[in-house]
Amino acid sequence: MRRAPAVAAVLLFFLGPLAWQALTSVWPEAELTRPLPSRLTLASYAGLGVPFARAVLNSILVAAGTTALCLSVGAAAGFAVARLEFPGRRFLLGGALAISMFPPIATVSPLYLALRSVGLRDTLAGLVLPYATFALPLTLWLLASFFRQLPDELYRAARVDGCTPWQAFVRVFLPLSWPALATSAILVFIFSWNELLYALTFISTPAKRTVPVAIALFAGEHVEPWGQIAAASTVAVLPLVVLTLLFQRRIVAGLTAGAVKE
Amino acid sequence: MNARRQAAVLAAPAAALLAGIAVVPVLAAAWLSLHRSILVFHEQRFIGLSNFRFLLGDGRFWSALSTTAYFTAVAVFAELALGLPLAVLLHRGGGLLRAAVLLPWAVPTAVSARLWAWLFNADYGLLHRLAPGVDWLASPRTALHAAILVDVWKTTPFVALLLLAGLQAIPQDVLKAARVDGAGPARTFFSVTLPLLRPSILLAALFRSLDAFRVFDAIYVLTEGGPANATETLSIYAYKTLMRSGDFGYGSTLAVAIFACVVAIGLSWLRVLGRER
Repeated sequence: MRRAPAVAAVLLFFLGPLAWQALTSVWPEAELTRPLPSRLTLASYAGLGVPFARAVLNSILVAAGTTALCLSVGAAAGFAVARLEFPGRRFLLGGALAISMFPPIATVSPLYLALRSVGLRDTLAGLVLPYATFALPLTLWLLASFFRQLPDELYRAARVDGCTPWQAFVRVFLPLSWPALATSAILVFIFSWNELLYALTFISTPAKRTVPVAIALFAGEHVEPWGQIAAASTVAVLPLVVLTLLFQRRIVAGLTAGAVKE
Repeated sequence: MNARRQAAVLAAPAAALLAGIAVVPVLAAAWLSLHRSILVFHEQRFIGLSNFRFLLGDGRFWSALSTTAYFTAVAVFAELALGLPLAVLLHRGGGLLRAAVLLPWAVPTAVSARLWAWLFNADYGLLHRLAPGVDWLASPRTALHAAILVDVWKTTPFVALLLLAGLQAIPQDVLKAARVDGAGPARTFFSVTLPLLRPSILLAALFRSLDAFRVFDAIYVLTEGGPANATETLSIYAYKTLMRSGDFGYGSTLAVAIFACVVAIGLSWLRVLGRER
């Protein structure tokens, strides 16, 4: 396989559509029928206005909430699974892995009824809990495997020095675990930012829509506003471009962590 | 408090959360599937297995099942077939190429579907300009393949990264030994690398087929299951039954059927993987 043409083909296929979308977003709406734009404009971005800004804010809130919940709960459980003995220890990791494979549609109907009965349907807080179905297993696995890689002596030394398991976790292990916490946080943020089905099902007020829902339901009065859709998509992709460029190694390591060890 | 109990306390919130948002809801869906339950009528009545009897005779269910199976089989096969050469390319290439390839994976599926819908657009989409005459999303024959293309674009990078991790785990000595024994690059790849990569390939196939089988986002945004239900997968059918018709009983029956299919797919891949060891 000759390298240069192959690399060019790969870049064209994977980045071409994104580049075309970015170009469409600055393409004057009236000129979309022409082969190329005669001038560039930010009108499509300006046209997005407050509703889409709300969606961005909603998405940030939900993703941040999910990340905070799953990291705090997942780090404690990951430490317990990696370092301590308790009944059901193996079951927790295996169960979490199985749960991460559940199709979300399988749990939508009872979750909808449950969220409605506690008044959390159509709220952003009500999205954080269901999002833990995919975010928590990931955090648990990444942190458990990180804590396992730390030397045994560390835990024993902490216990000899008089730490309870809880203190060993909070004072010794948690401060060391920031690389795994960072990887989990990035992945959980990306997955939450991208989620569609739960947000589409549980949120009905337009002002509470997240970015993927806003983009999926984007509709004009008569014709599809392709320029604005492209602008909204570009805004949705921007934080992901920054994250992938900055944390590429971390993301790849986190995604393939389970696969290498098998 | 003794150490064992402290450990249980540390693990309890995660266990309770997973049970509450995943295990209990799956059981609750099974319970709901035994009811006639129309949300707007506040009606809920136990009807035993009637919904499942209806399911067996429901042509729309069988058609959605075959659409989903076709989508899964073709998409996963294409992603593996393209992911393998891509992994080899990434194995030699630098970090920038890897970051470029990672980007489609990170893009929300709703966005990637919109992006491709624009490329497919019958009036002035880019693909239409390059190959006029094909209305990708309006014809039942091409619409499902358009959805498969979106899935391939978005997840081939993930497959390639899994395979790349497998490639990197192959010891250099083995490859060197093959070269010393006189094997050319092609022979080394097919007789040494590929067999050693088998577990990674199977694992990628396992992850991807479970994920592809629950496909929702791409099809919902591209076609909403149309034209004429040609792209209606099981998740789309269940979603419409639950949220558009408000039929929580039969919708839950469909959800249970999807769950059963996913468990069956997962277990059969695990059997194949288990035999490898």
